[in-house]
Amino acid sequence: MMSELYQWDRTLQPPAFTPDYKTSILRSPRAPLLSLENTLSEVTGPVFSHNEIGELDNDLIRNYAHTGEPIGERIIVHGRVIDENGRAVPRTLIEFWQANAGGRYRHKKDTYLAPVDPNFGGCGRCLSDDNGYYFFRTIKPGPYPWRNYVNSWRPAHIHFSVFGSGFAQRLITQMYFEGDPLIRLCPIVKTIPDRDAVERLIAPLDLNASVPLDTLAYRFDIVLRGSRSTLFENRLEGN
Amino acid sequence: MPQELSYLKQTASQTAGPYVHIGLAPNRAGFDIFKNNFGDVLTTPDTLGEQIILEGLVIDGTGSPMRDALVELWQANAAGKYNHPNDTQKKPVDPSFRGWGRSPCDFETGFYRFETIKPGAVLGRNGKMMAPHVSLWIVARGVNIGLQTRAYFADEEAANAADPVLNLIEQDKRRRTLIAPRSARAGVPVYRFDIVFQGENETVFFDV
Ligand SMILES: [Fe+3]
Repeated sequence: MMSELYQWDRTLQPPAFTPDYKTSILRSPRAPLLSLENTLSEVTGPVFSHNEIGELDNDLIRNYAHTGEPIGERIIVHGRVIDENGRAVPRTLIEFWQANAGGRYRHKKDTYLAPVDPNFGGCGRCLSDDNGYYFFRTIKPGPYPWRNYVNSWRPAHIHFSVFGSGFAQRLITQMYFEGDPLIRLCPIVKTIPDRDAVERLIAPLDLNASVPLDTLAYRFDIVLRGSRSTLFENRLEGN
Repeated sequence: MPQELSYLKQTASQTAGPYVHIGLAPNRAGFDIFKNNFGDVLTTPDTLGEQIILEGLVIDGTGSPMRDALVELWQANAAGKYNHPNDTQKKPVDPSFRGWGRSPCDFETGFYRFETIKPGAVLGRNGKMMAPHVSLWIVARGVNIGLQTRAYFADEEAANAADPVLNLIEQDKRRRTLIAPRSARAGVPVYRFDIVFQGENETVFFDV
Protein backbone atom coordinates (compact mmCIF):
# COMPACT_ATOMS: atom_id res chain seq x y z
CA MET A 1 0.00 0.00 0.00
CA MET A 2 1.19 3.48 -0.78
CA SER A 3 0.23 6.64 0.95
CA GLU A 4 1.01 10.25 0.29
CA LEU A 5 3.03 12.36 2.68
CA TYR A 6 1.52 15.29 4.54
CA GLN A 7 2.92 18.52 3.17
CA TRP A 8 5.87 20.33 4.69
CA ASP A 9 4.56 22.59 7.44
CA ARG A 10 5.94 25.89 6.17
CA THR A 11 4.69 27.72 9.29
CA LEU A 12 7.46 26.07 11.26
CA GLN A 13 10.06 25.14 8.63
CA PRO A 14 12.68 27.81 7.90
CA PRO A 15 12.24 29.69 4.62
CA ALA A 16 15.19 29.61 2.20
CA PHE A 17 15.87 33.35 2.33
CA THR A 18 16.82 34.46 5.86
CA PRO A 19 19.05 37.56 5.57
CA ASP A 20 20.21 37.50 9.21
CA TYR A 21 21.92 34.22 8.32
CA LYS A 22 23.97 35.89 5.64
CA THR A 23 25.05 32.83 3.67
CA SER A 24 21.42 32.11 2.81
CA ILE A 25 21.14 35.30 0.75
CA LEU A 26 23.05 33.95 -2.27
CA ARG A 27 22.05 30.35 -1.63
CA SER A 28 18.26 30.60 -1.69
CA PRO A 29 16.11 30.12 -4.80
CA ARG A 30 14.20 33.24 -5.86
CA ALA A 31 11.40 31.58 -7.82
CA PRO A 32 8.61 29.88 -5.86
CA LEU A 33 8.98 26.13 -5.38
CA LEU A 34 6.76 24.16 -7.74
CA SER A 35 4.20 22.22 -5.71
CA LEU A 36 4.07 18.59 -6.75
CA GLU A 37 1.71 15.86 -5.67
CA ASN A 38 3.58 12.76 -4.51
CA THR A 39 4.47 10.08 -7.02
CA LEU A 40 6.43 6.87 -6.54
CA SER A 41 9.59 8.97 -6.84
CA GLU A 42 8.79 10.75 -3.57
CA VAL A 43 7.20 7.99 -1.46
CA THR A 44 10.04 5.53 -2.04
CA GLY A 45 13.57 5.92 -0.76
CA PRO A 46 16.74 4.02 0.01
CA VAL A 47 16.68 1.07 2.43
CA PHE A 48 19.74 0.38 4.58
CA SER A 49 20.71 -2.74 6.46
CA HIS A 50 22.57 -3.50 9.68
CA ASN A 51 25.51 -5.11 7.93
CA GLU A 52 26.37 -1.73 6.36
CA ILE A 53 26.97 -0.21 9.80
CA GLY A 54 30.08 -0.98 11.86
CA GLU A 55 29.94 -2.07 15.48
CA LEU A 56 31.46 1.17 16.82
CA ASP A 57 29.74 3.52 14.37
CA ASN A 58 27.39 4.74 17.12
CA ASP A 59 30.11 5.21 19.74
CA LEU A 60 31.97 8.47 19.14
CA ILE A 61 33.96 7.94 22.33
CA ARG A 62 35.60 4.88 20.81
CA ASN A 63 35.25 5.05 17.02
CA TYR A 64 38.27 7.31 16.56
CA ALA A 65 40.21 6.60 19.77
CA HIS A 66 43.90 6.16 18.96
CA THR A 67 45.96 6.90 22.06
CA GLY A 68 43.17 7.11 24.65
CA GLU A 69 39.67 8.46 25.09
CA PRO A 70 38.59 11.91 23.84
CA ILE A 71 38.52 14.88 26.22
CA GLY A 72 35.16 16.21 27.42
CA GLU A 73 31.82 15.40 29.03
CA ARG A 74 30.67 11.87 28.25
CA ILE A 75 27.04 11.82 27.12
CA ILE A 76 24.43 9.49 25.66
CA VAL A 77 21.98 10.90 23.12
CA HIS A 78 18.87 8.84 22.57
CA GLY A 79 15.30 9.13 21.35
CA ARG A 80 12.85 8.00 18.72
CA VAL A 81 12.25 8.77 15.08
CA ILE A 82 8.49 8.96 14.60
CA ASP A 83 6.14 10.62 12.15
CA GLU A 84 3.40 13.23 12.56
CA ASN A 85 0.92 10.43 13.26
CA GLY A 86 3.10 9.22 16.12
CA ARG A 87 4.05 6.06 14.22
CA ALA A 88 7.57 4.67 14.62
CA VAL A 89 9.97 5.09 11.70
CA PRO A 90 11.78 1.75 11.94
CA ARG A 91 15.22 0.77 10.57
CA THR A 92 15.96 4.21 9.20
CA LEU A 93 19.51 5.51 8.83
CA ILE A 94 20.44 8.27 11.29
CA GLU A 95 23.79 10.03 10.88
CA PHE A 96 25.26 12.63 13.24
CA TRP A 97 28.32 14.86 13.33
CA GLN A 98 29.67 17.49 15.67
CA ALA A 99 32.61 19.54 16.95
CA ASN A 100 34.78 18.26 19.79
CA ALA A 101 34.61 19.46 23.41
CA GLY A 102 36.53 22.62 22.48
CA GLY A 103 34.23 23.50 19.57
CA ARG A 104 36.61 22.38 16.80
CA TYR A 105 35.69 20.14 13.86
CA ARG A 106 38.02 17.59 12.35
CA HIS A 107 37.77 19.23 8.93
CA LYS A 108 40.36 20.87 6.73
CA LYS A 109 38.25 24.00 6.46
CA ASP A 110 37.84 24.53 10.22
CA THR A 111 40.59 26.90 11.39
CA TYR A 112 39.23 27.78 14.86
CA LEU A 113 42.08 28.00 17.38
CA ALA A 114 40.68 25.32 19.71
CA PRO A 115 42.75 22.13 19.34
CA VAL A 116 41.76 19.08 17.34
CA ASP A 117 41.33 16.11 19.70
CA PRO A 118 43.52 13.23 18.44
CA ASN A 119 40.98 10.74 19.77
CA PHE A 120 37.78 12.28 18.47
CA GLY A 121 36.51 11.98 14.90
CA GLY A 122 33.14 13.61 15.44
CA CYS A 123 30.78 11.48 13.39
CA GLY A 124 28.65 8.41 13.82
CA ARG A 125 25.56 6.63 12.55
CA CYS A 126 23.03 3.97 13.43
CA LEU A 127 19.73 2.48 12.33
CA SER A 128 16.60 3.02 14.38
CA ASP A 129 15.11 -0.21 15.77
CA ASP A 130 11.65 -1.61 15.05
CA ASN A 131 10.13 1.00 17.39
CA GLY A 132 12.05 3.89 15.85
CA TYR A 133 14.38 4.03 18.85
CA TYR A 134 18.04 5.02 18.48
CA PHE A 135 20.95 5.87 20.76
CA PHE A 136 24.62 6.79 20.55
CA ARG A 137 27.42 7.79 22.87
CA THR A 138 29.61 10.83 22.41
CA ILE A 139 31.36 13.83 23.98
CA LYS A 140 29.34 16.98 24.56
CA PRO A 141 30.37 19.41 21.79
CA GLY A 142 31.60 22.91 22.61
CA PRO A 143 30.19 26.15 21.17
CA TYR A 144 32.24 27.82 18.44
CA PRO A 145 32.52 31.22 16.74
CA TRP A 146 31.61 31.71 13.10
CA ARG A 147 31.70 34.55 10.62
CA ASN A 148 28.20 35.93 10.35
CA TYR A 149 28.28 38.98 12.51
CA VAL A 150 31.69 39.77 14.01
CA ASN A 151 30.76 38.15 17.31
CA SER A 152 28.45 35.29 16.27
CA TRP A 153 28.71 31.98 18.17
CA ARG A 154 27.00 28.68 17.52
CA PRO A 155 25.39 27.12 20.58
CA ALA A 156 26.65 23.60 21.33
CA HIS A 157 24.90 21.35 18.81
CA ILE A 158 24.90 18.00 17.06
CA HIS A 159 23.96 17.79 13.38
CA PHE A 160 21.47 15.03 12.45
CA SER A 161 20.61 13.51 9.08
CA VAL A 162 17.55 11.24 8.82
CA PHE A 163 15.97 9.42 5.87
CA GLY A 164 12.49 8.12 6.73
CA SER A 165 10.88 5.81 4.22
CA GLY A 166 10.26 8.18 1.26
CA PHE A 167 12.93 10.38 -0.32
CA ALA A 168 10.73 13.45 0.23
CA GLN A 169 11.00 12.91 4.01
CA ARG A 170 14.76 13.49 3.86
CA LEU A 171 15.74 15.80 6.71
CA ILE A 172 18.80 17.46 8.16
CA THR A 173 18.52 19.28 11.46
CA GLN A 174 20.50 20.20 14.58
CA MET A 175 20.02 19.25 18.22
CA TYR A 176 20.75 21.77 20.95
CA PHE A 177 21.28 21.31 24.71
CA GLU A 178 18.91 22.42 27.46
CA GLY A 179 20.07 25.54 29.27
CA ASP A 180 22.47 26.90 26.63
CA PRO A 181 22.21 30.74 26.60
CA LEU A 182 23.61 30.91 23.04
CA ILE A 183 20.54 29.24 21.51
CA ARG A 184 18.34 32.33 21.54
CA LEU A 185 21.12 34.49 20.04
CA CYS A 186 21.96 32.26 17.08
CA PRO A 187 21.03 33.51 13.56
CA ILE A 188 20.85 29.91 12.32
CA VAL A 189 18.43 28.91 15.09
CA LYS A 190 16.43 32.04 14.31
CA THR A 191 15.83 30.98 10.70
CA ILE A 192 13.03 28.88 12.23
CA PRO A 193 9.92 31.09 12.31
CA ASP A 194 8.14 29.25 15.14
CA ARG A 195 9.24 29.51 18.76
CA ASP A 196 7.87 26.11 19.76
CA ALA A 197 9.61 24.48 16.80
CA VAL A 198 12.89 25.83 18.17
CA GLU A 199 12.09 24.45 21.63
CA ARG A 200 11.58 21.03 20.07
CA LEU A 201 15.20 21.06 18.85
CA ILE A 202 16.45 21.47 22.43
CA ALA A 203 17.24 18.14 24.10
CA PRO A 204 16.50 17.98 27.83
CA LEU A 205 18.83 16.31 30.28
CA ASP A 206 17.49 12.79 30.86
CA LEU A 207 18.93 11.68 34.18
CA ASN A 208 17.02 8.39 34.09
CA ALA A 209 18.83 7.34 30.93
CA SER A 210 22.27 8.27 32.23
CA VAL A 211 24.81 5.73 33.49
CA PRO A 212 25.50 6.54 37.18
CA LEU A 213 29.11 7.56 37.90
CA ASP A 214 29.84 7.41 34.16
CA THR A 215 27.76 9.21 31.50
CA LEU A 216 24.93 11.79 31.37
CA ALA A 217 22.10 11.45 28.87
CA TYR A 218 20.02 13.78 26.67
CA ARG A 219 16.77 12.89 24.94
CA PHE A 220 16.04 13.94 21.36
CA ASP A 221 12.97 12.79 19.40
CA ILE A 222 12.71 13.50 15.68
CA VAL A 223 9.34 13.85 13.93
CA LEU A 224 9.24 13.26 10.16
CA ARG A 225 6.37 14.07 7.80
CA GLY A 226 3.48 11.67 8.31
CA SER A 227 1.48 9.96 5.60
CA ARG A 228 -2.25 9.74 5.12
CA SER A 229 -4.10 6.48 5.37
CA THR A 230 -5.93 5.49 2.24
CA LEU A 231 -9.54 6.21 3.10
CA PHE A 232 -10.66 6.27 -0.51
CA GLU A 233 -9.38 5.17 -3.87
CA ASN A 234 -5.62 5.57 -3.94
CA ARG A 235 -5.05 7.65 -7.06
CA LEU A 236 -1.30 7.57 -6.60
CA GLU A 237 -1.24 4.13 -8.22
CA GLY A 238 -3.15 5.28 -11.28
CA ASN A 239 -6.68 4.62 -12.46
CA MET B 1 -13.94 24.42 21.61
CA PRO B 2 -13.87 21.70 18.96
CA GLN B 3 -11.97 18.49 19.59
CA GLU B 4 -8.24 18.83 19.22
CA LEU B 5 -6.28 17.08 16.49
CA SER B 6 -3.48 15.02 17.93
CA TYR B 7 -0.87 15.19 15.18
CA LEU B 8 2.71 15.71 16.27
CA LYS B 9 4.62 18.66 14.86
CA GLN B 10 7.34 17.87 12.32
CA THR B 11 10.92 18.57 13.36
CA ALA B 12 12.28 21.81 11.89
CA SER B 13 15.09 21.60 9.36
CA GLN B 14 18.42 23.32 9.96
CA THR B 15 21.30 23.90 7.56
CA ALA B 16 23.77 21.06 7.04
CA GLY B 17 26.50 23.66 7.60
CA PRO B 18 30.02 23.88 6.18
CA TYR B 19 31.15 20.55 7.64
CA VAL B 20 28.44 18.27 6.23
CA HIS B 21 31.22 16.02 4.86
CA ILE B 22 32.23 14.96 8.36
CA GLY B 23 28.86 13.39 8.92
CA LEU B 24 27.87 12.22 5.47
CA ALA B 25 31.15 11.62 3.66
CA PRO B 26 33.96 11.53 6.24
CA ASN B 27 36.37 9.85 3.83
CA ARG B 28 36.02 12.97 1.66
CA ALA B 29 36.67 15.24 4.66
CA GLY B 30 40.14 13.77 4.90
CA PHE B 31 39.83 11.08 7.53
CA ASP B 32 39.06 7.44 7.70
CA ILE B 33 36.52 6.35 10.28
CA PHE B 34 33.92 3.98 8.80
CA LYS B 35 34.77 0.70 7.08
CA ASN B 36 31.84 1.14 4.72
CA ASN B 37 31.41 4.57 3.12
CA PHE B 38 28.36 5.63 1.14
CA GLY B 39 29.39 7.14 -2.14
CA ASP B 40 28.65 8.21 -5.67
CA VAL B 41 29.04 4.90 -7.53
CA LEU B 42 25.60 3.27 -7.65
CA THR B 43 26.43 0.38 -9.95
CA THR B 44 28.25 -2.92 -9.80
CA PRO B 45 29.33 -4.93 -12.86
CA ASP B 46 26.05 -6.87 -12.44
CA THR B 47 23.77 -3.84 -12.64
CA LEU B 48 21.36 -3.97 -15.57
CA GLY B 49 20.96 -0.97 -17.85
CA GLU B 50 22.98 1.63 -19.69
CA GLN B 51 25.93 2.82 -17.59
CA ILE B 52 26.05 6.62 -17.46
CA ILE B 53 27.65 9.49 -15.59
CA LEU B 54 25.53 12.31 -14.25
CA GLU B 55 27.52 15.33 -13.15
CA GLY B 56 27.36 19.07 -12.73
CA LEU B 57 27.98 22.14 -10.63
CA VAL B 58 25.85 23.65 -7.90
CA ILE B 59 25.88 27.39 -8.58
CA ASP B 60 25.15 30.25 -6.17
CA GLY B 61 23.66 33.71 -6.74
CA THR B 62 26.97 35.14 -7.97
CA GLY B 63 27.35 32.40 -10.58
CA SER B 64 30.11 30.66 -8.62
CA PRO B 65 30.24 26.93 -7.87
CA MET B 66 29.27 25.95 -4.30
CA ARG B 67 32.22 23.69 -3.55
CA ASP B 68 30.89 22.69 -0.13
CA ALA B 69 27.45 21.46 -1.25
CA LEU B 70 26.32 17.83 -1.11
CA VAL B 71 23.95 16.16 -3.56
CA GLU B 72 22.01 12.94 -3.08
CA LEU B 73 20.37 11.01 -5.90
CA TRP B 74 17.43 8.59 -5.85
CA GLN B 75 16.23 6.72 -8.92
CA ALA B 76 14.48 3.68 -10.32
CA ASN B 77 16.35 0.80 -11.97
CA ALA B 78 16.59 0.16 -15.71
CA ALA B 79 13.14 -1.41 -15.68
CA GLY B 80 11.60 1.67 -14.03
CA LYS B 81 11.18 0.05 -10.60
CA TYR B 82 12.24 1.54 -7.28
CA ASN B 83 14.02 -0.77 -4.86
CA HIS B 84 11.50 -0.08 -2.09
CA PRO B 85 8.38 -1.88 -0.80
CA ASN B 86 6.14 1.12 -1.61
CA ASP B 87 6.73 0.53 -5.32
CA THR B 88 3.98 -1.94 -6.21
CA GLN B 89 4.48 -1.80 -9.99
CA LYS B 90 4.75 -5.29 -11.46
CA LYS B 91 8.37 -4.96 -12.58
CA PRO B 92 11.57 -6.71 -11.47
CA VAL B 93 13.83 -5.35 -8.73
CA ASP B 94 17.53 -5.42 -9.64
CA PRO B 95 19.20 -6.83 -6.50
CA SER B 96 22.51 -5.22 -7.50
CA PHE B 97 21.02 -1.73 -7.58
CA ARG B 98 19.75 0.25 -4.58
CA GLY B 99 19.29 3.38 -6.65
CA TRP B 100 20.70 5.80 -4.12
CA GLY B 101 23.98 7.66 -3.90
CA ARG B 102 25.52 10.75 -2.42
CA SER B 103 28.19 13.01 -3.85
CA PRO B 104 29.84 15.91 -2.08
CA CYS B 105 30.98 18.55 -4.55
CA ASP B 106 34.69 18.42 -5.25
CA PHE B 107 36.54 20.96 -3.08
CA GLU B 108 38.64 22.04 -6.10
CA THR B 109 36.41 21.77 -9.16
CA GLY B 110 32.97 22.03 -7.54
CA PHE B 111 31.60 19.06 -9.52
CA TYR B 112 29.29 16.45 -8.07
CA ARG B 113 29.31 13.22 -10.04
CA PHE B 114 27.36 9.96 -10.03
CA GLU B 115 28.19 6.73 -11.80
CA THR B 116 24.83 5.10 -12.34
CA ILE B 117 22.53 3.67 -14.96
CA LYS B 118 19.82 5.38 -16.92
CA PRO B 119 16.51 4.62 -15.18
CA GLY B 120 13.42 3.28 -16.92
CA ALA B 121 10.11 5.12 -16.97
CA VAL B 122 7.97 4.95 -13.81
CA LEU B 123 4.19 5.07 -13.55
CA GLY B 124 3.06 8.47 -12.32
CA ARG B 125 -0.27 9.64 -10.97
CA ASN B 126 -3.55 8.92 -12.69
CA GLY B 127 -2.07 6.20 -14.86
CA LYS B 128 0.29 8.53 -16.74
CA MET B 129 3.85 7.42 -17.35
CA MET B 130 6.65 9.71 -16.20
CA ALA B 131 9.71 10.15 -18.42
CA PRO B 132 12.93 8.60 -17.07
CA HIS B 133 14.33 10.87 -14.37
CA VAL B 134 16.33 10.92 -11.17
CA SER B 135 15.42 12.82 -7.99
CA LEU B 136 18.08 15.05 -6.48
CA TRP B 137 18.33 16.54 -2.99
CA ILE B 138 20.78 19.36 -2.31
CA VAL B 139 22.07 20.56 1.05
CA ALA B 140 24.83 23.02 1.94
CA ARG B 141 25.88 25.78 4.26
CA GLY B 142 23.35 28.58 3.76
CA VAL B 143 20.60 26.17 2.69
CA ASN B 144 18.05 26.08 5.52
CA ILE B 145 16.02 23.19 4.18
CA GLY B 146 17.15 20.61 1.60
CA LEU B 147 16.12 21.44 -1.98
CA GLN B 148 14.45 18.83 -4.18
CA THR B 149 14.59 18.72 -7.94
CA ARG B 150 14.62 16.20 -10.81
CA ALA B 151 17.03 15.60 -13.69
CA TYR B 152 15.52 14.38 -16.97
CA PHE B 153 17.48 13.12 -19.99
CA ALA B 154 17.74 15.21 -23.18
CA ASP B 155 17.68 12.18 -25.50
CA GLU B 156 14.20 11.19 -24.22
CA GLU B 157 12.45 13.89 -26.21
CA ALA B 158 9.14 12.12 -26.77
CA ALA B 159 8.86 10.91 -23.17
CA ASN B 160 9.84 14.32 -21.83
CA ALA B 161 7.20 16.02 -23.98
CA ALA B 162 4.55 13.80 -22.38
CA ASP B 163 5.88 13.95 -18.82
CA PRO B 164 3.15 15.12 -16.41
CA VAL B 165 5.62 16.88 -14.11
CA LEU B 166 7.55 18.75 -16.81
CA ASN B 167 4.20 19.78 -18.26
CA LEU B 168 3.28 21.54 -15.03
CA ILE B 169 6.00 24.09 -15.77
CA GLU B 170 4.55 26.87 -17.90
CA GLN B 171 7.68 28.54 -19.21
CA ASP B 172 9.72 26.54 -21.71
CA LYS B 173 12.88 28.17 -20.41
CA ARG B 174 12.20 27.00 -16.87
CA ARG B 175 11.30 23.49 -18.05
CA ARG B 176 14.66 23.22 -19.82
CA THR B 177 16.49 23.68 -16.50
CA LEU B 178 15.45 20.11 -15.62
CA ILE B 179 16.77 18.47 -18.79
CA ALA B 180 20.37 17.24 -18.84
CA PRO B 181 22.17 17.35 -22.21
CA ARG B 182 24.05 14.21 -23.24
CA SER B 183 27.64 13.93 -24.41
CA ALA B 184 30.26 11.19 -24.14
CA ARG B 185 33.65 10.78 -22.51
CA ALA B 186 35.85 7.74 -23.18
CA GLY B 187 32.84 6.00 -24.65
CA VAL B 188 30.65 6.55 -21.57
CA PRO B 189 27.55 8.73 -21.86
CA VAL B 190 27.79 11.81 -19.66
CA TYR B 191 24.78 13.90 -18.70
CA ARG B 192 25.50 17.40 -17.47
CA PHE B 193 23.08 18.81 -14.91
CA ASP B 194 23.96 22.11 -13.24
CA ILE B 195 21.86 23.13 -10.27
CA VAL B 196 21.47 26.91 -10.37
CA PHE B 197 20.18 28.69 -7.27
CA GLN B 198 19.41 32.14 -8.68
CA GLY B 199 19.33 34.20 -11.84
CA GLU B 200 18.25 33.68 -15.40
CA ASN B 201 18.70 29.92 -15.44
CA GLU B 202 17.46 29.20 -11.92
CA THR B 203 16.65 25.50 -11.60
CA VAL B 204 13.06 24.54 -10.90
CA PHE B 205 12.92 23.22 -7.34
CA PHE B 206 9.93 21.30 -6.04
CA ASP B 207 7.78 21.44 -2.94
CA VAL B 208 7.11 17.71 -2.81
FE1 LIG C 1 28.09 22.76 13.34
